[in-house]
Amino acid sequence: MLPSTESQATEAQKRDRIRQIIKDHAGLGLDFEKVAYSTDLYRAGMTSYASVALMIALENEFELEFPDAMLSRSVFESIDSIASAIESLQRVTQ
Amino acid sequence: MSTPLRAIELPELTASEAFQRALGVAAKHADEVDRRGRFPSEAIDALRAAGALGWGVPHEYGGAGAQIDDLADATFELSRKCAATGMVFAMHQIQIASIVRHLADSIWFRNYLRRVVREQRLIASATSEVGVGGDLRRSIAAIQRIPDSPGDLVRFEKKASTISYGAHADDLLTTVRCSTTADPSDQVLILTDFAQMEAEPTGEWDTLGMRGTCSPGFVVRATCPADQVLPVPFAIIAAETMVPFSHILWAHVWLGISTEAFGRAQNFVRVQARQNPGTTPPSALRLSELSVRMAEFRALVQSSMQEYMSLAQAEPSPVLSTIGYAVRINNLKIAASEATVETCQSALRICGFAGYGNAGPYSVGRHLRDAYSATLMIANDRLHATNAALLLVYREGK
Repeated sequence: MLPSTESQATEAQKRDRIRQIIKDHAGLGLDFEKVAYSTDLYRAGMTSYASVALMIALENEFELEFPDAMLSRSVFESIDSIASAIESLQRVTQ
Repeated sequence: MSTPLRAIELPELTASEAFQRALGVAAKHADEVDRRGRFPSEAIDALRAAGALGWGVPHEYGGAGAQIDDLADATFELSRKCAATGMVFAMHQIQIASIVRHLADSIWFRNYLRRVVREQRLIASATSEVGVGGDLRRSIAAIQRIPDSPGDLVRFEKKASTISYGAHADDLLTTVRCSTTADPSDQVLILTDFAQMEAEPTGEWDTLGMRGTCSPGFVVRATCPADQVLPVPFAIIAAETMVPFSHILWAHVWLGISTEAFGRAQNFVRVQARQNPGTTPPSALRLSELSVRMAEFRALVQSSMQEYMSLAQAEPSPVLSTIGYAVRINNLKIAASEATVETCQSALRICGFAGYGNAGPYSVGRHLRDAYSATLMIANDRLHATNAALLLVYREGK
């Protein structure tokens, strides 16, 4: 049980780190507290300019590079989708 | 009309007698359409007679099921004769493709496509708006639901800065926010019949070129059933269909303009050569240089279309929504719109005063004036600004 709880905790931490970066870079006008893990960030007002800033900030924070195939709307549309993209990249590098 | 060899090279649709007739009609009226700045109604009627307004509609709804390469061929051929006619045809097919590829399970839009074929309805587009600074992906106008209305009615009002052939179309496809509280980029497309609308022109269309497209601003007000909203978010329609279709078909309009200007320059050089048999006229070298530029232009347009066709076949087409593709399709627009002006200028240099005159077989004035619109239709500076931002994350491949 312990490892699974541990990984759940890191997963939640990772999502919170992503959430903080979104808060700083995604330029969302609405009350940020309403952004849940599954909220569609584009529908919440993230512009394509802001999404570029978000991508750069995420690459810095997690020390990775998104390959071109991942630089798409579906990958950056929510905290959940960003987290799974980062996870798949980290899995490759490990 | 067409030799057997040509019939083999061209797809059946553009080789049809009715389409060849439409080309003749477009050519016949092109100068007058340009001079008077009027809609090319004879050519569009001839296209209707050929069934061409339904070519992009799939077979299952009665259309010809034409793909982008067939539509691009038709756009190119029309634009050699009359760029305004070619542009109207292209813009109509862009609207059709946006509907066909994103109607999801909408019964209303399925029936609508059948009507387009049956009635040869012409669709215009209202994506521009006063106050958004030319940004396709932002709207001020919004859909407002009318509570407790029979048939679930919605209404909107939009100040469109330009609607091409707005006074001559049957229907209008408009970008609006999906509700009055939605973010400016949270858009949908709504299709309305001009009979359901008030459309007031807000200016005149008296321009340097592309005069026959008749594209003034309008204020449009419409009330219609909510079924007439396309079910897929505009963000997806724009990335996967409207933007690539626009840039590829527009590029074929411009390639058509330049190909005609090149043809006129070539005829001019040939006449000069005949006057002094045995010597190559100096203008022949300029023509050779222009031929290199035309080869680059054609290759650019062809390769962009091939890439789109292979990517759009996949269902869904995730690559079309990537930053890399957005950069590449913007590059096509920027490069093709600059190439058309440069090549028409070169043709003018070759033809000299015979090209500068507004009449005669070597006149390229109309072509040059039409070509100048290319860099303005979605301003190249806006596309450069977008690509500049996207290139901060996208790494160019080979």
